Formats: sequence, C-alpha cells, structure tokens
Amino acid sequence: MASKSLYSGRDPVLKKRDDFEDVLEERRNSSDLRYALRCYTPALYKGLVPCKASMLKSIVLQSDSLQYVVGQVSAECGESREAVQEEAALLLEEMAHRLQLGTIRFFAFTLSKAFKALFRGVCVNEEGIQRLQQAIQEHPVVLLPSHRSYMDFLMMSYILYTYDLALPVIAAGMDFISMKFVGEMLRMSGAFFIRRSFGGDKLYWAVFSEYVKTMLRNGYAPIEFFLEGTRSRTGKSLTPKTGLLNIVMEPFFKGEVFDVNLVPVSISYERILEESLYARELLGVPKPKESTSGLLKARRILSEDYGSMHVYFGHPVSIRSLAQGHISRSQHNLLPRHIPQKPTADTQAFVNDTAFRLVRLQEENMVLKPWVLLATLLLQNPDGMDLSTLTEQADWLRRLALAFGAFLDWPDHEPCSKVISSSLALHKNLVCVSGGRVRLVVEELPGAESATEEAGFNRAVSVLSCASYRNQILHLFVRPALIAVAMQTANCSRKDEVFNCFNFLRNVFSNEFILCPGAAVQDFEEACYLLGKCGAVQELQQDLVMSQSGQTTLAFLCSVLDPFLQGYQVVCRYLCEELEENLLENKFVPAVRSFTLQLILSGSLKCYEALSSDLQKNALAALIRLKAVRRVKAGDQVTLKVNKIAVNSLEDTLGKTNPCLRRL
Amino acid sequence: MTARDLTTSHPPSRRRAPLTRALKRGSGMASDGHICERRRAAERRLRVISGHLHQRAQDGHAAVSAQECKAEASRANPAKAAPVPKRRHDIMKWNGWGYSDSRFLFNKKGQAEFTGKRYRLSGLILPSLKDWFEGTFGANLQHKSPATPALNVSAVPPPNLNESFVEELKAAGVALSQEPEDRVFRSHGHCLHEIFALREGRISRVPDLVVWPSCHNDVVKIVELACKHNVCLIPYGGGTSVSSALECPPEETRSIVSLDTSQMNRILWIDEKNLTAHVEAGIIGQDLERQLNESGYCTGHEPDSMEFSSLGGWVATRASGMKKNIYGNIEDLVVHIKMVTPRGVIEKSCQGPRMSTGPDIHHFIMGSEGTLGVVTEVTMKIRPVPEYQKYGSIVFPNFQQGVACLREVAKQRCAPASIRLMDNEQFQFGHALKPQVSSIFTSFLDGLKKFYITKFKGFDPHHLCVATLLFEGDREKVLQHEKQVYDIAAKFGGLAAGEDNGQRGYMLTFVIAYLRDLGMDYYVIGESFETSVPWDRVLDLCRNVKERIVRECKERGVQFPPLSTCRVTQTYDAGACVYFYFAFNYRGLSDPIHVYENVEHAAREEILANGGSLSHHHGVGKLRKEWMKEAVSTVGLGMLKSVKEYVDPSNIFGNRNLL
Repeated sequence: MASKSLYSGRDPVLKKRDDFEDVLEERRNSSDLRYALRCYTPALYKGLVPCKASMLKSIVLQSDSLQYVVGQVSAECGESREAVQEEAALLLEEMAHRLQLGTIRFFAFTLSKAFKALFRGVCVNEEGIQRLQQAIQEHPVVLLPSHRSYMDFLMMSYILYTYDLALPVIAAGMDFISMKFVGEMLRMSGAFFIRRSFGGDKLYWAVFSEYVKTMLRNGYAPIEFFLEGTRSRTGKSLTPKTGLLNIVMEPFFKGEVFDVNLVPVSISYERILEESLYARELLGVPKPKESTSGLLKARRILSEDYGSMHVYFGHPVSIRSLAQGHISRSQHNLLPRHIPQKPTADTQAFVNDTAFRLVRLQEENMVLKPWVLLATLLLQNPDGMDLSTLTEQADWLRRLALAFGAFLDWPDHEPCSKVISSSLALHKNLVCVSGGRVRLVVEELPGAESATEEAGFNRAVSVLSCASYRNQILHLFVRPALIAVAMQTANCSRKDEVFNCFNFLRNVFSNEFILCPGAAVQDFEEACYLLGKCGAVQELQQDLVMSQSGQTTLAFLCSVLDPFLQGYQVVCRYLCEELEENLLENKFVPAVRSFTLQLILSGSLKCYEALSSDLQKNALAALIRLKAVRRVKAGDQVTLKVNKIAVNSLEDTLGKTNPCLRRL
Repeated sequence: MTARDLTTSHPPSRRRAPLTRALKRGSGMASDGHICERRRAAERRLRVISGHLHQRAQDGHAAVSAQECKAEASRANPAKAAPVPKRRHDIMKWNGWGYSDSRFLFNKKGQAEFTGKRYRLSGLILPSLKDWFEGTFGANLQHKSPATPALNVSAVPPPNLNESFVEELKAAGVALSQEPEDRVFRSHGHCLHEIFALREGRISRVPDLVVWPSCHNDVVKIVELACKHNVCLIPYGGGTSVSSALECPPEETRSIVSLDTSQMNRILWIDEKNLTAHVEAGIIGQDLERQLNESGYCTGHEPDSMEFSSLGGWVATRASGMKKNIYGNIEDLVVHIKMVTPRGVIEKSCQGPRMSTGPDIHHFIMGSEGTLGVVTEVTMKIRPVPEYQKYGSIVFPNFQQGVACLREVAKQRCAPASIRLMDNEQFQFGHALKPQVSSIFTSFLDGLKKFYITKFKGFDPHHLCVATLLFEGDREKVLQHEKQVYDIAAKFGGLAAGEDNGQRGYMLTFVIAYLRDLGMDYYVIGESFETSVPWDRVLDLCRNVKERIVRECKERGVQFPPLSTCRVTQTYDAGACVYFYFAFNYRGLSDPIHVYENVEHAAREEILANGGSLSHHHGVGKLRKEWMKEAVSTVGLGMLKSVKEYVDPSNIFGNRNLL
C-alpha cells in the first residue's frame, strides 16, 4: 500500500484540523476595485525556469519526446513530418492556456461581487495556505480540488490570488471551449483544455502530456486538475481517474524533478448551485450544454442564498515519500527518457493507490453542515418526521458522526433546535415544516394523480437532491455500515465470517464508494475500531458481537446502505427478467430507469434512489467487474451479454442482506 | 601489488605531487647545453606542473632531504626523490591525509595557514578560509574536536601470527614487521569512518604482519607460503582507498598479512620503439611520472591521488586519470599485466596491442580489488612529454549552461587533456582558498576584480560556475585547440576567465584532502563520492543528489545545513563522471559517523535511482558491495564469483571486497 503512513494507526477523531477564515469578510469592508488592482507578487518555486506562455509552447513543440512521437506518427500514417508537426502545433494551440494577470484581475473584481451575492462566507484554512506557500517554493505543486460545482476552479484561482499565491494552470474539459468568450476568458485565467476522450490518439496524448510535464518541470505554475475527472452529481466522491496523475508523477519517476507536492483541496458547499440540475441529470434530463447565454440566464441564481462554503487546503503530500519503497526509479535507466513508456503494473498500482488516498484525504477534510445530518435522517423516513423527533435524532447523529471523526461545522453555542431550523430554512426548496412535521418538498402537479410517472419523477428529483447532501457524509459511515450489514447477513458472529461478508459487499460497492483497492483488511479494522469506540460492537477473541446499546447505531448504519442495496438489486432483477438477447450498452440506463419506475409506480419498490443513473451505471460497472456481465464490442456499438445465473445469484446474496428486500 | 589503494583518492583528493625535486634539477640545469631537447621540453613541463602545486624551486626542501637520509639506500639514480619508506609513518600522518609536515591549521590570529614546504600553498596564509568555513558550516574556532595526538600502542591488539609461515618467510629473506605502527598504518584506507576512528584512538582489527616483497619472485614465494599455511593476504599499495577495501574483515580468524608493494618500485625497462615501459607495480604515481620524465616520457596517468597511489592499485581498481582525454584510463594504458594468484602467475604471452582471444583476461584483473592476487609488474604505454601545457578557465552564468558546453565539447570530441566543471558552491569554496596577496597572486587578483566588474555583469554570483581546463601538446596545436574550446563555450554564454583561475581549480582538488583533516579538528566531517552517468541525466542527477543530501541531513538531525556540492570531472562520448563533496558540522550529534554513513548511503541510492553508476573509479570495496548484484545482475555476480572460486578457492586473498 503506497502511502500507508498517511493512514495507519490514526484515530480520525483526534485529527487536528485548522481553523477557518472568511475571505469575503474583507471584501465586504473594502473596495473590490482596489483589491483587483492591488500589487500581486507571489512567492515562486525556487527552481523556476522563467518562461512566457508563448515560449512554453515552443519548448513543448521542440521537446525530444514530442519530436519522437511526431516521427513515429509520421512513419505510421505516411504523412510528412512537417504535416504532423503542424498538427501537433494546432492541438497545442487548441489546448494551451494564456494566463494573464489582467484577466485574473477582472475575475477578482467580478467574482468578488458574485461571491458576495451568492455566499454568506467563503471560509479558507489559513494554515493550509501557509503550508501551500511553503510547498510552492520547494517543489512543483499539483493542486487537487474536489469537484462538485463549476464554481470550484474559479474559486480556487480567486483564493490563490487573494492570498498572493502563484496562480494555477487548470486542466479543464473541452465543454467550456464552445462557450464563446467565456471559454477564452477561462483560458486567459489559466485554464487549458483537454478533450474528454482521446484513447488511441498518440499525438494528442504526447502533446498533452508533454505540455503538462513541461509546466511541472519548469515550475511554471502550480498545476490544478480534478482527480474525479468531472463534477460529482451525487455529492459522493467519484472513483479517481489516474491519467493526469500519472503524467504529473512521471517527472519524479524519471528523476527530472526532486519531488512533487500533491495538495488535496476539499471544497464544500452548504448549498450546491447546481443542486436540482444534478438531480434532473441523474434522472435522464440531459445536462444543458455549456453556453454563454445559458450562463447569463443562470444569473438569477445570484439572488438566492447559498449559505457558506469551505475550502480546506490539505497537507502537501510528497510523491517522493509516497513512492519510497514502492517504486524503483532505476527502472527508467535503460531507456531514453523521452521515449514514451506505458507505466509498469507496479507504477500503475502505485498511482492508482495514491489517487484513492488523495480522494480520501479530500473527503476527510470536507466540511459537513448540520443539514447533511438532517437530509440523512429525512431520507430514512420518507413519510416525514416530527420536528421534535428530527431534533432529537439529529443530536444523536451528530454525536455519532463526531465519534467517527466527522469534520462537522455545527455551531457550538447555539441550541440544537435553532441550528436545525436555520438549516431547514436555507434548504426551503427541499424541505418544509408544516404542523410540526418536516417533509420533503415535492413539486405538485396541478390536478394530476400522485401515481403518474410525472409525479414519481418529481418525487425522485426531491429525493435525489436530498441524497446529494446525505451522500456527503457517506465516506464517514460506509465502512462501519458495510460491517453492520455484514453482521446482519453473516450466519454467525465469527469475525472471519463477518469479514467475508464485509469483503463481498465492499467488492460489490467499490465502484460506488471510495474504497482503496486492496485495503479490505485495513478498512475492516478501521471500521471495527470505530464501532467499538462508539460502543456499538464488541470485539471478542474470535467474534464480533453487537453490544447491548448497539442496536440503534447498527440499524441506522444498515439503513444508510439500504438504498444502494436495493438499487443494485433492482439492476440485477432487471438484467435477469427483462432483458432481450442483445442489450445495447447505451440503452441500458433508460431501460433500467423505466423498469425501476414501473416498480415504484406499482408500489413494489419504495426506493426512489434506484432511479439514479449514477447508481445504475455503478451497478453495471460492478457487474462487469465481477464478470456477471460482459461487454461485447461490435463495430461502434457495445452490447451487454448477461450471465443470468451469476447475476441471479448476486441478487440473491444481496437479498439476504436485508430480509425485507427479498420480496422484491 | 594490488594495491588496494584506490587510486583515486579520497574524496577530495589530491593531485599531483612533488615534482619538486625534478624541478630543482631543472632550474639548475637549464643552461646546461648538453641535455637533449627532449629533456628540456620535459623540464619546461615540469616547471609548469609543479609551479602551481609546489614551492618555488629555490625554497629548497629541508624536510624532504632529512627524510631521504632516513630512508633506506636510495638507488643510484640521482634524479630520484625518496622512495616510499617502509616506515611510512615516519613521513606521513598515521591518522590523516598525506605528509606529516603539511597540514592546515588556524593560527593564533584565527587565520588559516598551510604548513610545510612541499606545496605551493605551503607557508601561506589563507585569509578568507575562516569566514568561509564558519559561514558554510556554522562552525566556530572555539569549538575544537582535536585528534588523539599519538598512536596508543597498547591499544593495538597483539599479532595473531602463524609461526611456521613467519619462519619460512624469514628463511626466504623477505622483509617483515610486526610493529604496531606498521600494522595500524596498513589497516585502513581514507574513508571518513576509518580516519575518524583513528583520530579517536579506536583501533579495530589490524593486520598481524606486514611484509615487503622486493620483486615479483618474492611475491610468488609469499603467496605460495600463504597458501601452504593458510594465512590471509591483503595487498597494500598506496593506501588511498576510499571504499573500505583495506579494512580487515573482522570475521577473519586466520592470521592477516598485509603485503606492502612499496619496495617493488623500479622501472624495469623502457621500450622507445613501441613506447612502452615495464614497471614494478608498487611504484607510486609521482615517482613513476618523475622517473619517466627524466627519459623524456610520461604515462599521462594522473589520478588525483597520484602522490601516494600505486600502479598496482590503479590496475586493481580500474583507476582513472585527470588527463584521460589524451592518455586514456588505466584500461587503455595497460599493455601487459603480471599477477600472482594462488593458482600461479597469470599473464598474456605477447604484447600485441589488441587481441581477439576470448574475453580479455586483463578485465578479470582490473577491478579485482585485491581479491584474486597481487599485480607485480605492468607494461604500460608511454608518451613523449608534451612540449606545451596551458591552463584555462571559463565562467558560465549557471551550471546548466556549463554542462551543455561540456556536452558539446564531448560531442565534437575536442575535450582538452582535462576539463572540469565546478558548481557554484565549489567556485565559492575555491575563492576561500585565495592566499594572502603574494606576488604570484596579485596579477590574478587584479584580473579577477576586473573580470568581476566588467564581464560578470549579468552573471549572478550565486549561480555562476567555472570550468577549469588543461591543454597539452604542441604549442601551436594547443593554441588552436584552446580557441576551438573557447568558441564552443561562447555559444553557451561562457567567458574565458584566465589561466590562474584554472590552475586554482586544480589546486583545490589537491588540497581538499588536507582540508578534511582541518574540518575534523572543528566538528566538521566530510567525504566525496563519484559516479558516471549518461549526458542527458547529468543535471537531474546532480540536482537530486545534492538535494537528497540536504534533506537527509535535516531529517537525521544535523543541526547545520551541510555543504553539498558537485562537479563534472570527466567527459566521455556517452556521459560524464560526476564528483560530489559532502560535509557537515556534527555538533549536537551523538553518533556523527552513523549519520554520515546513512546520508552517504541515501545519496548512493539516489545516484542509482537517477541512472548513475555504482562507481566510476573509486571501486566497490566493502562500502558499496551491497549494490553489486543490482549493478551487474545476478548472473554477472555469479560469473565473478566463479572466477574467484577457481583462482582462489581457499580465499587467501581474503579482503572480502567486491563480491
């Protein structure tokens, strides 16, 4: 396990976290214009090779590694070297950023206005900023923020500018480039654009990776990208993509830099701007194409209250320390370093492991708002709750979350009821209180019956919106919850038996949650420890048993996983029952969705979360991974071949986890 | 002899030695019309060489002559200076580098000076050394860590003698000694931990007996007897090893005999038709060069340790000389080798310049580090002494540019006899060794000032670095060559910085070993190590290793920032040799040597991770053994082991180096 040191033996509860400071506070008290025009003199990397953005391009185009690939491509496709070189130049042109301080200043001014309108506060941990400042001077830095909103990278640059830190260059998806003007603005504020997929395109890969590596080696600027690859629509962290991480690690593996600092950044929103947009997307309403006019239309969001947001800069993680004892850099001794090489299995495993650990670091430092706890409870009580019950249970859950090491922003000095009522008020579009009962708000259809597809869809939007908040706390509960379910499922209380169940479930859900590959034992031990600590279970010699007071906790944890268990079961059921011989992969989601909707409308399924395309895709990925489903490529189309016996037995096993599901 | 002297000395090392004597002769005889033209050329060259290292000729050499009297019967050749005496400790330090009369010290005024009369710096004050020393290391002249003044003979374990072996040796008339001083002197090389232990008066396993064969046949006899009586032989040449190669294996239970080759030091013949010389392997570098010079020849092999290291040691460790660009490294210079092994004598049957007769058996011998036998006689290529020699230097705005220039020079295959590139820290170090203004240096200083004011504009004094050059050959060709190199340098932003600067660079090489002893008087310990690496990785390797050293020191609790510096000392077609100097102030550390060794170990790991070799010329010894398998593969190591197995099945040559 690569960075074992990052985790082993830690008690999450004792984890010290830094204090926050609101960067907007000063903005509310002084001139934004002066702020935007102030003197900006960031501390730079000590090994910086000064170079302009334009020169950067020519360094990349002339680099040995790109020249090598140009030669290769030209030999393969029969085009002249010059033509290929020209193509490379165009690719780079399309990709490259044109970071300009002027644009940054423009953003500093306008974003100040916008942020002040949107947020009550933008809280940043100053100690993290200081560590970052130190790290930037010592080694090239890679910033790895979590990705929940379009706001993320604007916010990152804004904060770095505010603290007089070197401005990052940011890997952004091509989607933005189609936004006239805005795309170019982003480019000038440091974004560089990469195509979403360029699988086999050698030349593209060469241009792209050399561009990133050149900036890294020369210490041109901190490099920022999203490990998750895209915005998480669910509030859960996404399984990290390792492509870019591989690229930024390579200069270290090849000895071109002494070290690289990876800085995980956790950006958490009290209310996400894209909240209901995401829910609709998950239900199959396509995401609106990024466009400038769309952006302008969206400006009405400026009039809403999005609460506060928190940005936590984690401890820089040194690749050198991580790689110590895991990666032999001398494996590169025998091949010229400019010749592209596929990472070895060792390297790939290390990078993958590192990616997971970094995402976990992001998760750990995400600030959780009281609302997250409320959303969790409300989803477990779909018919609504008495405010008093909610208050009581929220207080209980708060203590449990804290015992598990939650980074909870719960105002200490305010009474519980007040905290809750102000949370509910902020999310009044999702919940309402009437007659002392708290319920989800569902858009009513005039004159329609409640059993129509439309009504079901509307309810699903509310549930999924709510779930996107509950999901923020899942990283805390998922391991203990897997144990809770495993204890319930296992035939006996023997620890190894429980572990086997745990391991099975963990395996099934490893596309759903951030579960580091190969860390099953570690996860199990960590979760046992937490459960023991909160008094829910007792670890005896050979056994793991529920303690007398553990019932509530374990039941709660089981119901945390419940929607996922049900959702996966529905997918299995669909594949077993409904499928015709050849299902096209791209028809899978709509088909499962309508199957699920029918189950819901017929009353045999209560779990609206099963409608989430994210869950459905994850379930499919898991089934493919477990070899219960096979993807068969035929031309451009991919069809799914189902091994019904395997799927059926998986469904059975999942069914055993919760007796009440068996009816399904 | 196989000397175990790793030729290249110690870290820092030393370069050339007393050519003084010849120089004296030279000045005395210059007007003598009878000497041949060649001789005259030789003397011109000697003057140049010794000029920068030694006292002016007229200073005379009281100390040396005194010793000469003590040394035994000097041979007939009047030009010959004292050979290495059997009692080396009479003229050399028992617990430090070099001659006893030559050392750095801080005088009562707190100024650094170099004692003795042997070297150019001898007797001079170095006013800026103190500030550099204190500033660089955070050292303080108040905080002294003096060495044990004299060897405590009673601390030396009594010899474990194989009586019958000794009897038969005596009967054969081989000189031998079991005096503690002789044995202790041959129990170590010049690794930091070895010298540090001696300074603290700690003596570990030492040889039980020292023997001095005087010719090849003596060695044959000794090896036969050693096999017969099962004693362990450790060949000893110049004693300049920096790989723990001379350390007696503590687990060795047999009697350990140090075979000192120093008395086998004759040039047996010179063949002017083929330009070869046949030489006994115990001769040390400076004597070999001086004696050949008298016939108008040289080998051109000048490792930094040549004052003390021996021909046999060079062969046994695959030595490299500073002027290898013209003359080649030891493997290029050797034509024939005779080595005595437990299986008998190994040698080739002819002196053909190249052969296709299977793997070259010389390559089993070169680099065998005393594990297979004793090199007794070597036939070596010689060259006429060059007519003209010229130093030079080039300043570059930064190290990167300097390396790029060296690479280009190597690409065009126009490297001068020597070209070395110091990084900025070494450049500053060099400045600290400026002697108090004396006539020879005034012009240099003036030049330097001017240089600073005018040409240095735009050069950041904290980034610039200097290449030092040495050209050799016909006068005309040298000048032409010089121009070619300076033209290349100009393309990389390099500015010619004068001959004196160049000379001074080479001087640094030679004084640094003495400087380490000074450091150790004030809580500063240091060492150097080297590697070779492909061109494209030179910069990355230098940066990473230097930084690794700094970081490791910090992590291991070293209280002061270390000196971590490097230079490129040799260029090849496909890469370069890089030398690192590393030193730190160890106040506040309970086990400084342990810390030091950990840091050096980490630095070597870093070198290997960055595509550097395990060693360019210091050898493996016992210090770097652990990496041999990785370095040459399991099969490679097996090959070497099987050779050892055949040649020396009873491990008579039991120094346990390499394998």
